[in-house]
Amino acid sequence: MDWRIWSLKKSPWVFHVNTGACNNCDIEVVDCLTPRFDIERFGMKLVGSPRHADALLVTGGVTAQAAHRLREVYRQTPKPCVVFAIGACACDKGIFTTGYHMVGPVDKIIREIDPDAIIVYVPGCPPKPEAIISGAIKALSAL
Amino acid sequence: MKTVKINQPVIPVGPLHPLQEEMECFRLTVDGETVTDIDMRISYNHRGIEGISQSLQFDQVPLLVSRICGICSASHPLAYVQAVEEIADVKLPDRARYVRTIVAELERIHSHVLWLGLAGHFIGYDTVFMWAWKYREPVLDMLEAITGNRNNYGNLLIGGCREDISDDLIPKMLTDLDEIEKKMDMLIKAVTDDPVIHARLKGVGVLTKEDAVRFAVTGPTARGSGVDIDVRHDDAYAAYDELDWSVCAVPEGDVFAKAVVRLLEVLEAIKIIRQAVKKLPKGPVKTNVKDIPPGEGTGRAEAPRGETFHYVRSDGGNRPVRHKARAPSYVNVPSFKASCIGQKLADVTITLAAVDPCYSCTERLAVVDKRTDEVLYDYNMLLKLSREKTEEIRRHA
Repeated sequence: MDWRIWSLKKSPWVFHVNTGACNNCDIEVVDCLTPRFDIERFGMKLVGSPRHADALLVTGGVTAQAAHRLREVYRQTPKPCVVFAIGACACDKGIFTTGYHMVGPVDKIIREIDPDAIIVYVPGCPPKPEAIISGAIKALSAL
Repeated sequence: MKTVKINQPVIPVGPLHPLQEEMECFRLTVDGETVTDIDMRISYNHRGIEGISQSLQFDQVPLLVSRICGICSASHPLAYVQAVEEIADVKLPDRARYVRTIVAELERIHSHVLWLGLAGHFIGYDTVFMWAWKYREPVLDMLEAITGNRNNYGNLLIGGCREDISDDLIPKMLTDLDEIEKKMDMLIKAVTDDPVIHARLKGVGVLTKEDAVRFAVTGPTARGSGVDIDVRHDDAYAAYDELDWSVCAVPEGDVFAKAVVRLLEVLEAIKIIRQAVKKLPKGPVKTNVKDIPPGEGTGRAEAPRGETFHYVRSDGGNRPVRHKARAPSYVNVPSFKASCIGQKLADVTITLAAVDPCYSCTERLAVVDKRTDEVLYDYNMLLKLSREKTEEIRRHA
């Protein structure tokens, strides 16, 4: 195993990107940090800058305003990195599919600049914190 | 309005930054440590919900509007279904009104406690954050037991509610409410007596009563400045006029006052839920609404952040021809102009958070000149520009 992947699996630091979500996935992501779920016990930690992050937690179906910011955040994240598409909107734009301002979903935007990106899908509206944690564990054990 | 010198340093906060979950951009003009002007840029979250709504059928729209904002996902559909019920002149079953009240108040508890936690986080007091979010979990469990989902309940239909509260659940709800109230009491005492929180929140970000009226703010932002407006009281909907509760208003106008208003409302909400659960009438929870006649209707609901207003126009078909939503943060966010200017930079974060802004609710378009605060483009101007452009394209074609 590549040593970089090995080190990524030990204690992934995540950066949270909202690209036009309705807040629900965001509060469930934050909920993961709080005492009932407490993902910090797995070494996962929310950080304030994409440059410190090993994984991006992307919520929302990517609005036209958010698309180039998402690309920029992805460019700034050290590689290899894992992109988590959290929620129905991030996976396939969800209920906002017909919105004129939606240019996503997340995988389309990320693949434009990096066709080999590792993208993990956590569906649900919103996914429960258990689902987010389970998605994270599955992704890390599959690497 | 005042003019800002261009050579003053500007600190951009956002669009992606760790302070708040959503994308928004504040450009703070500073003089040393003191903020002298603030420019707010939103619309990163604009999803075109009103447009999507006009392509959906009447009964599909509540599911869409509950996703305007995930935290107010009972209030937006509530305002919407009230607007449609006004058009169709629906007589609601009593039980539906009570179930709506219970879900709306549970949402208020979860939203206010969530805000308290985030406020603690913003002032660097993570103990409050962890405690508040821990004690919020039983409320989410109760919402899940009633509606089937922790957030985005989707419990509202035109003419009633989707899920009923089963009779087996009621004793458990009452014991859980006692437990929640005990925890909240403890948390509220701990927070309002804490000297650190006093030092960080008292006298910070004062929004005077005059400014609150001038900016037409709503919800806890207004009630924290001594303006006691509350749609639940002033234009009672659901079952609020049959229950005993009071509007909480505090005159100081600083961030601490807004926190106190929210915490008192948590206790009021518990009181409302307990009464509603005890008085829950028997009977069906929904009526069958056959068709929506032509006409227009408005609905108002008191979301945790303030008044939510929905306007719906029907032409007798199966989908709304016009649907307009106005979210509370839309009027609350501009009050930063009054509350942030003159603050220290370190206090601005909590002042920005104090109105509990919700940008996913708010996204609209207007172009404003930063130097003069003059609105450059409004709707008519954009329409004119668009027509001129079309003319130009036609000329060249």
